[in-house]
Amino acid sequence: MRKTFASGNMAIAEGALTAGLKFYAGYPITPSSEIMEYLAEKLPEYGGVLIQMEDEIASINAVIGASWAGAKAMTATSGPGFSLMAEAIGLAIITETPLVVVNVMRAGPSTGVPTKTSQSDVLQARWMSHGDYIIPVYSPWSVQEAYDLTIKAFNTAELLRTPVVVLSDAVIAHLWEPLTLMERGDVEIVNRKTPVDPTGEPYPPYKPDPDLVPPMPLFGRGFKVLVESLIHDERGFYSPRDDGYRSLVKRISLKVLKRLDYVYEQDARFTEDADVLLVSYGSTARSTYLATIELRKQGVKAGFLRLKTLWPLDDDRIRKTSNARKIIVVENNIGKIYLDIDRIFKDREVYPSPVLSLELPTPRDVLEAVEPWL
Amino acid sequence: MTRQIHPLDKHLRLERIPTLYCPGCGLGIALGALLRALDKRISEGTINPDKVLWVGGIGCSSRMVFYVNYDAAHVIHGRAIPFALGAVLANPDLLAIVTGGDGDIAGIGGNHLIHAARRNVDMIVLMFTNFVYAMTGGQVAPTTPRGVSTTTTPRGNPEYPVNAVKLVGSLNANYVARASVTTPHYIEQFFYKALGMRGFRFIEIVSTCPEIYGRHIGLRDPVEMYSELRKRVKYKHKPSLEKAEIDWEKGIVIGEFVERSNPSLIEILKGVRS
Repeated sequence: MRKTFASGNMAIAEGALTAGLKFYAGYPITPSSEIMEYLAEKLPEYGGVLIQMEDEIASINAVIGASWAGAKAMTATSGPGFSLMAEAIGLAIITETPLVVVNVMRAGPSTGVPTKTSQSDVLQARWMSHGDYIIPVYSPWSVQEAYDLTIKAFNTAELLRTPVVVLSDAVIAHLWEPLTLMERGDVEIVNRKTPVDPTGEPYPPYKPDPDLVPPMPLFGRGFKVLVESLIHDERGFYSPRDDGYRSLVKRISLKVLKRLDYVYEQDARFTEDADVLLVSYGSTARSTYLATIELRKQGVKAGFLRLKTLWPLDDDRIRKTSNARKIIVVENNIGKIYLDIDRIFKDREVYPSPVLSLELPTPRDVLEAVEPWL
Repeated sequence: MTRQIHPLDKHLRLERIPTLYCPGCGLGIALGALLRALDKRISEGTINPDKVLWVGGIGCSSRMVFYVNYDAAHVIHGRAIPFALGAVLANPDLLAIVTGGDGDIAGIGGNHLIHAARRNVDMIVLMFTNFVYAMTGGQVAPTTPRGVSTTTTPRGNPEYPVNAVKLVGSLNANYVARASVTTPHYIEQFFYKALGMRGFRFIEIVSTCPEIYGRHIGLRDPVEMYSELRKRVKYKHKPSLEKAEIDWEKGIVIGEFVERSNPSLIEILKGVRS
């Protein structure tokens, strides 16, 4: 264990190194660039390779190739680059490739405000690529959590053979806070299952174990692996039939849902007596938390629920968090996670409190946004 | 197990044969030549088959990768080169062979082609030029000659085609060659040489597509199209890049245009050469 002082971007880079990162490919973009710059300095010391690619499309595709060659691999970007990665994230999903994509959110659409914050990519992170799937998305609210959730993102990717997204934002990226770094022996590190030695026959790369996750044969070891972007059977052969299509598409979602207990994390405070529950996540949750305390000082029985995992949500656990009559969702976008919270608490009063702010919303901003619903 | 009846069968996933290639397609000739070269390298003991990785994007020739009995990746359109780059940088023992059409490699994937050649990254790129987007039904390609009517240029192609050999040769590639399915011995010879080199190696293989391209230029008969291509192909011994003509009217020059021994990206990263 080592105490230091770091920015959120540095914490993400350090988390990746602790998790065992061996390959990074990226393209410069504000406000994520320090992740690549920091790793350019450090990754070679950890026996890894970093390359700046010609664009974000090349970056994510190189990361997928590296993962199949056996490396824990990641890339980091912001909105415009994240949009460019959409198609290849679908490739990672259907080929069940473990990797981590960090999106340091900035205001959009399009070029938006490169240096300023936003939480507007939360639905994009959920379903950015075409097709049916579920992929885990984590949302840190502090420098320490940027580190912790990056490790968790790698562990989840390796455990479930899936791409995982870390949604940071411009506030967390450039925020400096104390950070406790863990040694690799002090923190759980998950490594992907791989098949036992090759038999000379091609190994079926998509044949699942009972946990629905197939062991991953790697390139260069005699498994005659077939990485296939088309809908495929267990061998990786193109299979455009309903039965195979259904079972594959269901399995890649179910393997994540089956481990919801592992994937889903939340942080609930003052919820026992709460009449009003404020739901928030990421950097905005910092101000929502202070607003909750302020409301309690004013005599309002306010509770606080912070989503650390944005997707998939654990509906049951969220419902059981609080008996509050009113639920108010505070987020720095036009009201996106609200849509699902409204669905989950369908028997209660659920209100959106969008705070569209290029800076971190202040507790006062949050109080003003929440007030109309109290 | 399927009975082995052809000397190259051991290089194929026989349960996936026959291929989806149309009767008269040139890709089978090319694949045969490529496998003969690879077979020779493997029997000499200079290549470990377990380390061979075939990567293809989208298109008829990209699909070659799932017919061969090696580690393979059939990825998304235009992105085979960056996928292969990630794989070889993560495991430098891999020998990456990228296959793709002129649309996949020089069209949608053109930016990756340029930068992979600039980096001299260790991989072989085999670009099959049939002058058309064939799998999608006959749209104009970056290699389609001017004036040719396609399904998306019904009044004739108004654009100038790309000469990929000249493009890649102007960069930092260690090997740039062009062959034709009408000269399978050169495909075999050039690929054999490329397999023994480091850095970025690019071979353009001019192929026949009587089914789709033949329809556009009035050469629907496979034998006739093959003969017409053969008439136009001229082999030159180590020609300069300026001579790398690829023109249906003026002729198609094949040969080895560039042979360099510049340090490859992996050699530089490993500190073996600088």
